[in-house]
Amino acid sequence: MMRFLGTFLIIAIVNTCFGQKDDTTINTPATLNYTTELVVPELDIPWGMTFLPDGSMLVTEIKGKLIHFKGGVKTEIKQVPEVYARGQGGLMDVELHPDYKNNGWIYFTYSSSEGEENGGNTALMRAKIKEGTLIDKQILYKGTPNTTKPYHFGSRIVFDNDGFVYFGIGDRGEHFVNPQDITKDGGKIYRLKDDGTIPSDNPFVNEIGAKTAIYSYGHRNPQGMTKHPVTGQIWENEHGPQGGDEINIVRKGKNYGWPVICYGINYDNTILTDKTEMPGMEQPLYYYVPSIAPSGMAFVYSDKYPDWKGNLLIGSLKFQYLERLVITDDKVTYREKIMPDLGRVRNVKIGNDGYIYVAIEGKGIYKIVPSR
Amino acid sequence: MNHIKRMGVLVVFFAGFSFIQDTELSKSIARGKDVYNDFCIVCHKPNGEGTEKIFPPLAKSDFLVKYREESIRSVKYGQKGKIKVNGIEYNGTMPLPGLTDEEIVDVMNYIMNSWGNKSDKIVTISEVKSLIK
Ligand code: HEC
Repeated sequence: MMRFLGTFLIIAIVNTCFGQKDDTTINTPATLNYTTELVVPELDIPWGMTFLPDGSMLVTEIKGKLIHFKGGVKTEIKQVPEVYARGQGGLMDVELHPDYKNNGWIYFTYSSSEGEENGGNTALMRAKIKEGTLIDKQILYKGTPNTTKPYHFGSRIVFDNDGFVYFGIGDRGEHFVNPQDITKDGGKIYRLKDDGTIPSDNPFVNEIGAKTAIYSYGHRNPQGMTKHPVTGQIWENEHGPQGGDEINIVRKGKNYGWPVICYGINYDNTILTDKTEMPGMEQPLYYYVPSIAPSGMAFVYSDKYPDWKGNLLIGSLKFQYLERLVITDDKVTYREKIMPDLGRVRNVKIGNDGYIYVAIEGKGIYKIVPSR
Repeated sequence: MNHIKRMGVLVVFFAGFSFIQDTELSKSIARGKDVYNDFCIVCHKPNGEGTEKIFPPLAKSDFLVKYREESIRSVKYGQKGKIKVNGIEYNGTMPLPGLTDEEIVDVMNYIMNSWGNKSDKIVTISEVKSLIK
C-alpha cells in the first residue's frame, strides 16, 4: 500500500512538473528588428535544404521529392530513390560535399526499404545531378534491420572541417534494444569518409561486432545537427519523449544516455526512467522541459545580424517558432522567440549569402531580413 | 408455439450477430490503440485532445462524426488546408501516415470509439478500399 501510494505520489509530482503546457523559460522580445520574406512558396513538408554555388537551392520534401529551386522556378529532380513512406519516414536531409564545385556530390538521408526484412530504416546516399536527373547513386550506409515502426528515423547530415560526413539515425522505436548497443544500428550518430568508408580512427573500429561507423551513441531521435563555425565541433539536438529534448556536442565514442537517463517521461505520462545522470553518460548541454520538438539548427555567424552573432537558432515544431539561444561557455544563457505563429518550423540554415533561411511546414522557405 | 420457437431462433441469431460484431469491433479497437500510439499520439495527444489551433482534437470532434468519409480519407492520404473542428479553424498539414488498409480500419475504429466518441457503424476494409484519391 505504501509502495502504491509512493508510486502514485511520484506520478502526481512528475505530472505537475512535466505536464505543463507552456514554456515559461523563453523570452518574447518587445520589438522586432527584422522582417520575413517568403522565398520558396508552397511547399508541403520541406525537410532539408541546401544552397548551390549558383545561388539556387535544393529542397527535399518528406514525401520523397527533391526540388531544385532556381530563378523562382521549382523543378522536380527525377530518379530520386523510393522512400519508405510510413509515419515519420521519407526523404529527409540534403547536403553538399564541401568540394561540391569540383566533384558534384550531393548527400541525402531517407527511409529505405532496401534489404530482406519488411519495413524500413535510414540510409545515407550520395549522387550527382545531371540534366535534372539523379545519377551515380551510391548508398553509403543503410541502417539494419528494417522495421515497420513508423518513427525515429533521424536525420541530418553535416560535414566537419576534415571532410568527414556525420549523420544520425533515431532509435527506430526500439529504445530498449538499439541506443545502448554499439553492435546495433539506431540511436547513433555516425561518421564516415566522404566515399562511405570507415575512418580508421572511429571510436569502435577495434570492438568486436560493433558497427564501426558509429561515432557516438545513446541518442533518441536526432533531427537537428550543425557545425560550430568557430570550434568546428558538431552540435546536435534530439527529440526527447515528453520533456527531455536535448542539445549536445557530439563527442567521439561518448554515450548520451538514452533511455537509461533522461529528463522526460513517456507520452502516456508513465515513467520511463527515474535517472537523469549516471557515470559514463554525458549530460546534455541543455535540455527542454516541456519539449519544444526541436528541428533544424544553425549558428549565426555572418555579419548580416550583428546582434545575433554567435547565437544558435533552433526550430520548434511544437510551439511553432524559431528560437534564438545565446550560448556562453557552452551554456545556454538566454532564449528568445523569433518568427512566432508562422507555422511548424522544420529547418533553419544559413545561406551562402549569409542570410538565415527558415523552412515552415505547409508554407515554404522564408528569409529573415534585418531592418535597417 | 412454432411461432415462438421461430422468434427465439431469431433472437438468438441477432444476439449472436451483434456479439460477433462486438468482438470484431473490440478487437479492431484494441489493435487500433497500438496504431494510434505509434502514429498519431505525437500530434493528437494521449487523450485525443490535440493542441488548439495546431492539431485538431479527435476526442468529441464534430468533424469526425459529420465527415466520416473525409476523416478516413485524411488518415489514408494525409490532409492539408483549411478545416473547421468544433468551431475552430485549422490550416495545417497532416503528413501521409503510410498505414496499411487494415491499420486504417483499426485506428479509425479506435478513435471513433474512444474518449467519449461512439460510433455504431464499424469501419470496414471495403469501406477504406473504396476511397480512392
Ligand atoms: C504530424 C502531426 C500529425 C500526425 C502524426 C497525425 N495527424 Fe491527424 N491531423 C493533423 C493536422 C495538422 C490536422 C488538420 C489538417 C488541416 O488543417 O487540414 C489533422 C487532422 C486529422 C483529422 C480530421 C480532423 C479531426 O480532428 O477530426 C483526423 C480524423 C486525424 N487527423 C486523424 C489522425 C490519425 C488517426 C492519425 C494517426 C494515424 C493522425 N491523425 C496523425 C496532424 C497530425
